[in-house]
Order: sequence, then structure tokens, then C-alpha cells
Amino acid sequence: MNEPMDFLIWTRSTAFDVAVTIFVIGVILRLFEIISLGRKQNLAEAKGTEFGPGMRTIFSRSVPDLGTFRRQPLTVVTGYMFHIGLFISLIMFVPHIELFRATFGFGWPGLPTPIVDAAAVLALIGLLAGLWHRIMNPVMQKITTFEDWLVWTLTFLPILTGYLAYHRMVDPYPLILGLHVLSVEALMIAFPFTKLMHTFTVFLSRWYNGAMNGRRGVES
Amino acid sequence: MAEKNTLGESLRRHGVSRRGFLKFCTATASLMALPPTMVPAIAEALEKAKRPSVIWLSFQECTGCTESLTRSHSPSVESLIFDHISLDYHHTLQAAAGEAAEAAREAAMHENKGKYILVVDGSIPLGDPGYSTIAGISNLEMLKETAKDAAAIVAVGTCAAFGGLPQANPNPTGAVSVSDIIKDKPIINVSGCPPIPTVITGVLAHFLTFGSIPDLDQYNRPKVFYGQSIHDRCYRRPFYDKGKFAETFDDEGAKAGWCLYKLGCKGPMTYNACATAKWNQGTSWPVESGHGCLGCSEPRFWDAGGFYNALSVPISDNSQTVAFAAAAGLALGAAAAGLNYKNKDEATKAHGTVTIDDLEKSS
Repeated sequence: MNEPMDFLIWTRSTAFDVAVTIFVIGVILRLFEIISLGRKQNLAEAKGTEFGPGMRTIFSRSVPDLGTFRRQPLTVVTGYMFHIGLFISLIMFVPHIELFRATFGFGWPGLPTPIVDAAAVLALIGLLAGLWHRIMNPVMQKITTFEDWLVWTLTFLPILTGYLAYHRMVDPYPLILGLHVLSVEALMIAFPFTKLMHTFTVFLSRWYNGAMNGRRGVES
Repeated sequence: MAEKNTLGESLRRHGVSRRGFLKFCTATASLMALPPTMVPAIAEALEKAKRPSVIWLSFQECTGCTESLTRSHSPSVESLIFDHISLDYHHTLQAAAGEAAEAAREAAMHENKGKYILVVDGSIPLGDPGYSTIAGISNLEMLKETAKDAAAIVAVGTCAAFGGLPQANPNPTGAVSVSDIIKDKPIINVSGCPPIPTVITGVLAHFLTFGSIPDLDQYNRPKVFYGQSIHDRCYRRPFYDKGKFAETFDDEGAKAGWCLYKLGCKGPMTYNACATAKWNQGTSWPVESGHGCLGCSEPRFWDAGGFYNALSVPISDNSQTVAFAAAAGLALGAAAAGLNYKNKDEATKAHGTVTIDDLEKSS
């Protein structure tokens, strides 16, 4: 009789402790390792500065390249849909902000729930379109590995279960809320060891690209 | 005792008018989410209903459930209904004590075999039977004996329904719920700490009217009362959706009646009728008086994190976990970096030069 609530309590205590420990250790370990390795010293004479172009590239790469857009408009549009939808539903939903506040001691104002709800739907549609593209496109078929399926599933489940929990589409409620928390924990555990690390490394690699171009005097 | 006269006769004898009686029937119909066309049927069924025998057993409890039922609603028609079931045993309310009381229970069980309703409040200790006894009989033994010939069991309060406060971690008495022990009888869980008085009278009225138990949810609670969450029926819900929250109990948001989610309201996970039925004859309910819902009608609500922490906040202190994990991550990252530098160094040292001649030889 009490199992759904026992499950929810477990996901909010023991399972969360395990997941957050693996996540934090893994992410910091990998970032520290990457940064400490640095890059090979370039002995050629510098033709420009590194810092400015590096910083500029971090932002400029967020604007889609026109050529890519013409070749793969769907990939670009659904990619943006998914990332913006995920961003809003992850860090602009008040219960999520309260979790950050309890962990790090600071929070920020959230958005009204209808906006977060719409963002979650956008993220789900974006992910489904990405999956369809991965299955149908012959090139994608060739380059897709097990990790891609795993990462897609681990990203899709938290948004789906969150949507189901918010709209109370599964009974009993503690079961679906527990599944939502558990799916996020699975994502957190896999995060440091998969391509999900791009969440943090994307900005590092953009900076390196921009800095290298800047040094060689290439416009970034 | 039971079945001597009908409920209708009994109510008239106590001066309840036809109008008052029909008003109660209408309220019951709307409470049970039945169409208005059912009101005459309810009235007729209640009019003719025989007074069922009710045996009320109190185990590991605080008597709060009995307080809720007896005090807050007198002298209403609901309480008269409650009076006019034949409450044959209730060791807090009955005049008899000791052996006479136990004799009354046994007599009721014998005379109404298979027909009486058993109401239980309080959990049952499975640890030492001596943790809770009545007239020298352990709770477990009394429950099994009395449940054997009951028509149905109503577990009143979260203790009887789910184990309740006595089951709170580390559960020193080994407390369990009624449904953990009795498996072969229909059990209606009327959870809450305490439950809303109208809900228990509503369940009994349903039983009197239809002779059956109401539709139940996964936790065996009547769907009519526990079908919707506090959150979904809360009058402060629009503030939640707009993102307007009270941050402390005395800020402008709290004064303006904004959502109490951030102050620990467990409304989103709690299913009960507080937001609609309210308390103290419809006067108010916890959220209306400015305090978040504790989730008292849900299993293990006492172990589900701090009452003043938001529902989304983890139960254990994870800021400490994060700090330790970050330190461990840095140490491991430094070790990994050291290892990588060593590999790089060794690779540089082991670097040999290759000439054109070497390449020609190997090909």
C-alpha cells in the first residue's frame, strides 16, 4: 500500500545522494582533466590576440550557420526547439529552482507554468524529430552508436515523466513523481561519461576554436 | 442496539425536520459527486435504512480522529446521523468500562454477525504485543477477532489506513496498518491526520444508501473525497501558475495570499477534500489560514522531508554531499592530470626519429 510513497522517498534521499555524488565527482574530474591538459604550445608567431576572438566565438557559434541551415533546416530548427525547451523547463520551473536553492543557497525567479509547460512540449517534439531524423537519414544510421540511443533515452525520459507528473496523467502521483526524479538521476549518473558532457565542454571548445583562429589572424 | 427502528424514525424523534433531512441528502449527493436526480433515492434509502451496528476499535492513536468526528460537527445533522448508527463499542465514547465494555463488543459481534461495520483508528504494533492492549487483549488479536465477522472495515485516520505517525522512522513498535493484517475483507481507508468529519459521515451515508462501499482509489480511499489533489482544488493555485509565491510567513506575498509551495506546502502530492469540504463546518482549512498542507492523508508523510521544505527539495542535506563530491572530484582530477603528464613525458622521452631509409625498409 505504501510502496509508491516509499519509492518517492527513496528517490528523494538515497538515490539522489548517489546520483549527485557521481555527477559532481565525474563532471569536475573530467573538466579538471581537460583543462589541465591544455593545448600544445604554438611556436609560430602570433598574428592576433586569443582572448577576444575566443570569447566572441562562445556566443557567435550559437547563431546557426546559413549553409548548414540550407542543407539541414529541420536539424537546425528542432535542435533549437529542443535546447531552448529543455533550458526553460529545467531552470525556469519554480520547483526546480527550489532544488537549486536548497543545494547552492541561491535561486532566481521562475516563469509561469503555462510557459514552462509549452517549453516542455517543444523539447519533446524537438527530441522526437531528432530521433526520426536519426532513424530515417542514411548517414545518421551509419554514424549512430549505442551511446546515441542511450543519451537520447536518458534525456527524453525526464521531460516525458515531468510532463506526465505535472499533468497528473499517471496514478498514483508519488509513482510518477518518483519516476521523474529517478529518470533525472539516471541522466546525472550517465552525464559525465557520455557526450552529455558537451553541456559544459561546448563553451570550452568554442573558446579554443576562437582563440586558435584569433592567434592565426582568422576572423572568428 | 441495531435494527430496532429506521434512520428516518430516529431522526424525526430527535426533531429533525423533513426539510433539514432533505438538505442533508442534497449535501451528501453533491459531496459524493452524484447527480441531483439521486437526491430522492438517497432520501428514500436513508429513510428506510436500518441502523447498522458499528464497532469502533482504537489502537495506537491519539484520539484526534474521534475528536474530529465528535466535536467539530455537533450539533449538525451529520452528527445525528452518526448518533443514529448503533455505535455499540467505542471505548472513548461509551459509558461502560472494563469487562462490561468488552461484553458489549462481544454481544454486538454475536448479534450482528457478518453485518456490522468495523471502524478502526490507530495502527497495530507487531513488535511487542504489550505496546498496546485493551482489557489485556493485544491490538492484533482484537483486530483479527473483530474483523472476522465484519461486513466491511473503515480504517479511519492515517494510522489505521497506512501505519501513521507510530510507523515513523525508525518505527519502534513495528506499527502496521489495518490492510497489512486483514486481507479478506473490504477495507475503506479514510486517511487524514485527522480525517475531515464530513468524509467519514459521507462514507457511512454511502454505505447506508447503497449497501455497498464507494469507488476506491489505489490506496483504497473513496474517490469522491480523495479523487483530486489539494493543489488542483486550491484557491491559491492561480498564484502558483503565475509564479507568485510567499517567501516567508510574514512577507507581502503571504499577506496577499500567494502560493505557499516554497514554504513547504505538500498540496501537489496530497489527495484530500480539505480545499472543498473545509474544516470546522466549512470555516477554513490549513492553506486558507496561511499554512502549507502537510500531506497528512498520504502514506509516510512524516518521513517525506521537512514540513517547511518545498516538495522538490531532496530529503537529505545534499549541499554537504555536493561539497564533498566536488572536493573528491578535484582530487581525482588532479591525480588524472598527473597521470596524463607522466604519460606525455614518457612518450616524449621514448620518441625516436625515423628516417626515409627506415620507412623504405619496413615497406
